[in-house]
Parts: sequence; C-alpha cells; structure tokens
Amino acid sequence: MEYMISLSIGILTATGVFLTLRARTFPVVLGLTLLAYAVNLFLFSMGRLTIGLPAIIDKTAKAAQYSDPLPQALVLTAIVIAFGMTAFLIVLALKARGELDSDHVDGLADNQQTPDQRDIGKNIDPDRGTVQ
Amino acid sequence: MTLLSFNIPVVVLLPFVGAIAAAWVSRYSRLASAWAATIITLLAMAFLAPAAGLPFQGETLIQSWSWIPGIGLTFSFRLDGLALLFALLILAIGLLVIGYARYYLSPKDCMGRFFAYLLMFMGSMLGVVLSENLIQLVVFWELTSLTSFLLISYWRHRQDARLGARMALAITGAGGLALLAGVMLLGHVVGSYNLTDVLAAGDRVRASELYLPVLVLILIGVFTKSAQFPFHFWLPHAMAAPTPVSAYLHSATMVKAGIFLLARFFPVLSGTPEWSWIVSSAGLITLVIGAYIALFQHDLKGLLAYSTISHLGLITLLFGFGTQLAAVAAIFHIINHATFKASLFMVAGIIDHETGTRDMRRINGLFSYMPHTAVLAMIAAAAMAGVPLLNGFLSKEMFFQQTITASQVSGWAWAIPALVLIAAIFSVAYSLRFIHDVFFNGKPVDLPKTPHEPPRFMKIPVDLLVIICLAVGIIPMFTVAPVLHVAVAGTLQASPPEYSLAIWHGINLPLIMSILALAGGALVYTARKRLFAWHDASVARWDARIVFNAILGSLDRFAVGVTRVFDKGSLQNAAVWVIVTALTAGFIGWMGISAPLLGARELLPVDGVSLAVLAVMMAASLMTAVLHRRRLVSLLMLGVVGLVVSLVFVKFSAPDLALTQLSVEVVTVVLLLLALYFLPQSTPRERDKVRIGRDIAISVLAGAGVAVLTMGVLTRELTPISDYFLLNAVPGGGGTNVVNVILVDFRGTDTLGEIVVLALAGLGIYAMLRGMKLPAPDRDSQGRLWSSDNHPEIMRTHTRLLFPLMLMIAVYIFLRGHNLPGGGFIAGLIAAVALIVQYLANGIAWTSKRLRFDMHWVIGLGLLAATATGLVAMGLGYPFLTSTFTYLDWPVVGKFEVASAIAFDLGVFLVVVGATVLSLVELGKLSDSSHKAEQQKRRTEVR
Repeated sequence: MEYMISLSIGILTATGVFLTLRARTFPVVLGLTLLAYAVNLFLFSMGRLTIGLPAIIDKTAKAAQYSDPLPQALVLTAIVIAFGMTAFLIVLALKARGELDSDHVDGLADNQQTPDQRDIGKNIDPDRGTVQ
Repeated sequence: MTLLSFNIPVVVLLPFVGAIAAAWVSRYSRLASAWAATIITLLAMAFLAPAAGLPFQGETLIQSWSWIPGIGLTFSFRLDGLALLFALLILAIGLLVIGYARYYLSPKDCMGRFFAYLLMFMGSMLGVVLSENLIQLVVFWELTSLTSFLLISYWRHRQDARLGARMALAITGAGGLALLAGVMLLGHVVGSYNLTDVLAAGDRVRASELYLPVLVLILIGVFTKSAQFPFHFWLPHAMAAPTPVSAYLHSATMVKAGIFLLARFFPVLSGTPEWSWIVSSAGLITLVIGAYIALFQHDLKGLLAYSTISHLGLITLLFGFGTQLAAVAAIFHIINHATFKASLFMVAGIIDHETGTRDMRRINGLFSYMPHTAVLAMIAAAAMAGVPLLNGFLSKEMFFQQTITASQVSGWAWAIPALVLIAAIFSVAYSLRFIHDVFFNGKPVDLPKTPHEPPRFMKIPVDLLVIICLAVGIIPMFTVAPVLHVAVAGTLQASPPEYSLAIWHGINLPLIMSILALAGGALVYTARKRLFAWHDASVARWDARIVFNAILGSLDRFAVGVTRVFDKGSLQNAAVWVIVTALTAGFIGWMGISAPLLGARELLPVDGVSLAVLAVMMAASLMTAVLHRRRLVSLLMLGVVGLVVSLVFVKFSAPDLALTQLSVEVVTVVLLLLALYFLPQSTPRERDKVRIGRDIAISVLAGAGVAVLTMGVLTRELTPISDYFLLNAVPGGGGTNVVNVILVDFRGTDTLGEIVVLALAGLGIYAMLRGMKLPAPDRDSQGRLWSSDNHPEIMRTHTRLLFPLMLMIAVYIFLRGHNLPGGGFIAGLIAAVALIVQYLANGIAWTSKRLRFDMHWVIGLGLLAATATGLVAMGLGYPFLTSTFTYLDWPVVGKFEVASAIAFDLGVFLVVVGATVLSLVELGKLSDSSHKAEQQKRRTEVR
C-alpha cells in the first residue's frame, strides 16, 4: 500500500509541477491546487499509514494504539490555508485579466513571446550621480 | 523605590515620547511643538539632575533590567563622568538649538515634523551615551543614524538634501554594522556585554588574539560616525540640512558619538601600537586635510563642515597618542569645540536667514548691518583659531604640548608637530576668512535680501554659547574644571593625572607654536587670492564623493546584472528556477547518504478497492494535466482528485481530515467554476515544443523525487512525538478528539495565526474585486448562448427546505468537535456550503435580501472571539490561550462537559464562514453586475 501512496503523491507532484509551469493563469492555479494535495498527503503520510486505528480516545477501553494526531492537525489547517491561497490566486488572476486584458502569467499579449526586460533596474535610483 | 533607581531610562525615553507629543500638538499651533520640545528637554534635564551629583562623588550609577538574558542583552543604563558630560552637552545644546530653530524655520516648514525628528535624535544620542549594555548602545547608535537621516533630509523637496542624507546613512549605517560586529566580538572575549565588565577587562582584551579584529571593527564604526579620513566626505554633504540641525549634529552630537566611543573604549583598547598607529594616523590626516580644504570653501557652512572634520581629527589624534594627559586634552577640546562650533553654525544660519545666501564671495561687510551678530561671530571664530583668553586656546595649547611629547617617540615623529602646526596655520586662516570675508572686506555683492539683525531671541542661544567660550577661556578653574575632572575620571576609569588649566605657563614650545600659527595663518590669509587660484586649478577636482558614487554605481550595475540573469520578468522563468533549485538541493542531499533507500517497516496489504480508487486518482490527476487546455474538463478532473484524496484520509484513519477535505473540495470547485466564467474557456496551443519537453522532464524528475522520498520514509519505523498529546488530551484539554484539542488548545496560537491568514485572504479578495468590471461572455466555448432561465424551481424549493437542516448539521459538527470528528474548521466549511448553495440556487439578489449579515463583521467577530479567549486566560494569570473545562449537569440534557476552548473554536468557525462566503459571494456578484452591464449594452445596441 505504501508504494501505491508514494506513487500517487509522485504523480500528483509531477502533474502539479507541469501545470504550474504553464503560461496561462488558470492551469497554474490548478497546478498549485494539485501540488497542495500532494503536499498535504505527503505531510499526512509522515505519521505513517495506519488502517482502522481509532482517531478518538476511548475513555472506557484503553486502546493500545491510535492514529498519529499531530500530522493530522497540521494537515487540517494546511487544507484550509491552501483553499485560502487558491481563492486568492484565482481572484488575482481575474484581476490581472481585467487590468492587462490577458490571462498570460506575465501579462503578455497573445502574439508576444518574451517579456520586456529593459525595465529591470530602470527605477532603482532617480537621484543617483547628480549631486553637485 | 527612589528616583535614582529608574531616572536614567526616563531621561533617554522621554524624548521619544515627546516626539509624538511635539508632532501632535503642531496640529493646533505652529509654535506649540517648539514649546513641547523645550518642555521635554527641560523635563529630561530635571530627571537627570538628581543623579548628576553622583559622578562627582566618584560613584557610577547603574540601572539595569533583565531583557533577553539568553543573549546577554539587558536593558541597562550607566551614568559616570563621561556619560554625564555628554548627556549635559546633548541636552544643553539641544535646548539652545530648539530655541534657535523656532525662529529659523520659515512658515512653510512643518514645525511638528522637525521637532519630532530632533527629539527622537536627542533620545537616540542620550541612549548612546547612557547605555551600560553594549548591544543596547549599538541599537541607539543605529537610531542616531536613522534619525539623523530624517533630519538631514528634512527639506525633502531638495535633491541635495536627499542625496546628502542618503550618503550619511550609507556611510554611518555601514559603520554601525561594523561596530555591531566589533561589539559582539568584544563581548565574546570578555564574556559579558556590560560596560562595567568590559572596562575592567582591558588587559584580557588587549592580550586576546581577537584584539585586532575587535579594534578595527569598532574603529570603522567610530571613523564613519566621526567623519574621519577616509570616511570624512559625507559630512559636508550633510550640510544640506537646515542650519539648526547642522549646529546640533556637527557640534555636540552625531559626529561626537564616534569620539564618545573612542573615549568610552579608551581604557580597554588603547595603549597598544595598533591603536596608536591606526587612530593617530587617521586623526592626523583628517586634521590636516580638513583644515586645508576648509580654507577654500566659499560656502559658509562648507567652511564650518570641513573645520568640524579637522577638529574631530584633532580629538582623534589626541586619543591616538594613548596617554592619560592626551585624553584630558581630548575631553577638554570636545567641550570647547561643541560650544564654539554650535555658536558658529548658528551665526551662519543667521547670516543665511538674513541675507538669503551663504556664499562668502557675496556676503561682505556685514559688520555695519549686524554688529551684534558680528561680535559674537568674531569671538567664536577666534576661539576656533585658538586666540588667547578664549577656550579654544587652552585646549590647543594642551594639544600642542601633547604633540611635542609624542615627537620624542622616534626619529620620524617630529613630523607630527610639524604637520599639526601646518593644520593650525590653516585653521587660523579659515577662521580669519570667516571673520574678515563676511563682516568686512568691502560691500555686499548682489544680496537677495537687505541684511539686518535677527530677532532678539534668535541671538540668545549664540550669546550664551559665546559667554561660555569666554568664561572657560578666562577663568577655567571656576567654570569647566570640575566637569572636566569628572569626565576625565569617567573616561580613564581611574583618577585623572595632574594637569594645569592655567592660561599662562611661561614662554614654552606650545606658546611658540600658537604664535607661529596665528602669524602664519594671517600670512596665508593675505595670500589667499593666489592660493585660491592654484587650488581651483589643481586639488579642487579631487573629491572622495566621486569614489563613493563610483562604488555605489558599480554596486547598482552588479545588482541589476545578477537580477537580469535570474529574473527575466517572467513568472515561468522564476518558477523553473525555484523548482530546479529545489531538485538540485534535494539531489545533493541524497548524494551524501549511504543508508539503503528503503527501510524495513512491515508494509500494509493492498486491497482491490483501494487499488481501484488510487488508480482513479492517478488517472484523474494525469487527465487534469493532459487535458489542461480544455479548462472545464480539467477542473472537473481536479474535483475528482480532491474527492479521492478525502477517501484516502478516510481509509487511513483520519476522519477529521476527510471531512475537511470534502467540504473544501466542494467550495474550491464552485469557486474555480465561478472564476472560469470570466476567463477564456480554453488555453491556446503552445508552439514551443522544446519548452514542453523541458517542463515534462522537470515534472517527472520532481514527481519521481517526491515518490522515492515518500517511499523511503514510509518504509521506515516512526517514533511519534504525539504521545504527549494523546496522554494529555483528555486530562489536560478535556476532549477526546485529539486533533481538535491540538488545534484549539495545545497549538492554539498557531491556529490563531492561520485563521488570521484566512481572514486576510478573504479581505484581500474582497479588496481586489471591489469596483472591478470584467467583460462577461454571453456565449460559452461552443458558441451557445448562456441560458437566461431563472433559477430552476425544484432546486430552489429543495435548497430552501434543506437550509435549516444543513445549518443544524454544521452546529452539530461544531459542538461535537472536541470529542468526535468535527470542530470549527469543518463546521465553518459546512455552514459556508449551506449559504453558498442558497446563493447558487436562488440568486445573489434574492439571498442577499434575506441574509443581511455583513461577512466583514463575521470575520472580525471571529478573530475577536478567538483573541479574546486567549486574553481572558492572560487576564486570569495564565499564558495566552490557556483553556479550561468543567462538567455541567443540566436537567434533560444530562451531564456534559464544557471547555473554554469552544469559544476559540467559535472564532475559528466564524472566520472560516466569513472568509469563504465573502470570497465566493463577491465573485458571484461580479458575474451578476457584469452580466447586467452586458445586457444593458446589448439592449442599447438593439435600439
């Protein structure tokens, strides 16, 4: 079973990375969501996989073993945060589409191939080198 | 508890509090902030006064509070003779500068801002001189750099002010970093960061092998701050500051901070050849260069700036000699320089104020216009030149005496008095120029204003300072002697050596040097025309600023170059870098491990159903990627993946996670569907096959890496660290659902942080969507018109019926969360789904009318509830977010348990509901409004 889970996490990661590297916003958001699934499953499995163990403490009969609660608590919040991030990102993508009229991650027009690099460092210092 | 157990920190912190007050009162009246600053300074003096007697009795007052003992940081203050002298200078000259600035600033200048900065600077300086802990001293040191930056750039509309301020910050800030490193090393050598220990460990420090690095690092801090060669060039550019600032920074405070540090560490670091060589050569070079350049400045403040540099060099040189008598002379000159230089800057400010220019080629013959000011200026300038009966003469005599003593050391050392004499000649010459050029030398040339005497009260600070110059110069024994004595004792940490403050010592070498300097200075001044011509033609073109700008420029170009290599202005490019770096780092980590890839843990059996379900997930995730160009299909595949993930959680004993994942999945898919409406329905085909190939390769590598890593971990045994939580969940947290108890109790602060993130995401989405208009498509990807049907009747009816039931489930899940799978997060998501279903089935308008909650309030209340739970615990004397529980016995319901953590969980619940519903409904509204706009447009087109 461990191999199956590892393989699943690997495939989730691979597809997530592939989509994250795409040029359009929507696939990137999907890719990050897939990556979030992969990470959550990965973190969860760090407590080792256990089948059929109680997750709730039984006060009457002392169970010998429980499933590890710590990774579960970590992952629970991670799931919710990942949702918050996805929501924020997709709205950011909408905003970019509204302002730039393009859903390219770099805001490029459909026929443009590479981003304009001349802007880098242009606004570093309006004052430099002119002191008298 | 007496005043003497806490008054020193009050003196230091009062100006910071006062800065706020000064800025605030300026809203009511322009002059109020000047008054506020005056009162604050007087108050600080009043707090210092009770302790001021102690150093005279040979006591050192130390007031200390524990701060972060683990790293040797205490909040502690020290008052000895040296600290007292500097504190008095800072406060007294500060007070005079405040009075002067009140008349200097024009109605256009914002008084509140000026006095707030000035007070903050004053507090920082007091912190430097009164600190007992060295790290604390460095903190205040950096604060002086920052606040002086604000002061120098006070006229922020002027480019020279901005540039000068930035240069000062770059140089002194860098020096501050060096000082920090030096102090850390020093503390390491001594084993304590307290000055008392450090001052007592001088021998140990000088014998340490770290002595040289400590010395060099601390001296870099000192030289940058005190404008010593080769860091002297920032000071003249800082003259772009308003003149009261220059008078303050360059006489008694900012630049004296470096000198103060030299004096402070004098008992610890001095007395070695390294000290003598580095400190005295820096001092000597600075002294000569400063005096020389000062003569050729046409700007009044420029002259004073270079003169300041030169005098700082003089003091540094004295400390460099390393003898006790030299230290006496140095301290004496610190006092004298502060008084005459502050008054000279103020005179320069008056002249600038009354004539409109500072160019000495234009301001001539002012004596007939402002005789009072002229007399003051002449006395102060004479003190600067070292004319007898003035304070400058006394310390210069002592200085000459020391240089003669030092000249005995070696065969070449005669050069020291010779060079010093040359500097002294130039010093007399530029002082003469200040007097003669400005107040005599013909008539004014083309002044913007007709000069006249300044307001009475603008002159009072100058009057007072000049009186001090005279009093110290004529009757030193009755004026400066006690203060000097106690300051020297504080510097040396021992009783001072024998020295004489008499004016007349008979005819000796120092007196001859003084006479030579005065005569030589007069001679140089008369020959100034030819000297100016020669200087302008040769030396004037050299400027350290050019080097500074060249260094900064090349740093810029380097930074831009590095940035261009990695950042091509493209997210794809950046993402590739991140992933490839992670891959490489992981691979390198892998290389060093010799252990077998897989462990020996017993594997779980594979059953058919699990296999099938996992196969579905893998297939679905592959489909998501492969079909990503058809976005709707891709999104549906993603939904399948999410649902299967929640099944995986069910299978592996994590019911809480399964519930969370399930409800999040529903919300996510709805959200992405809503967003997809505004985006193109398909992704254009990519033409760059190489890039696709590269991305596939990277993805496969990343996936393989993660899979192998997971396998490696899962096949190994685990020693869990959760036993503590399992053991304590019921007795300590009062709940049997350990996951929930961890979230709301054990790690409550983490959860609080996470719901804050969620709240911010929700608010951020709201902010981005506000007022946004997007073109809403009227057809889908196949070209069919969107259905304009109303919401389906059956769905509407059913959702309305189901709504109370769904909410009830949410409440049930919430209440049982502490003991059974559930809790705030899951209940919040279920409630959010219940609300969103209403919006979907009935439309935004219908639902909004009936559901009048403002989701901002829900988020806010949630955060408030969660934080308040923690604060209540604090109020009762427990750590933040401690929870308690009790058992209640109600009729009918029976005995049940109530934990205070449920209030915290309620906060979580509210934030989750608020943030989720806010995001989705805002997005939904966007489609609604855009759609209406579109329909309206179509209607107008038809007409």
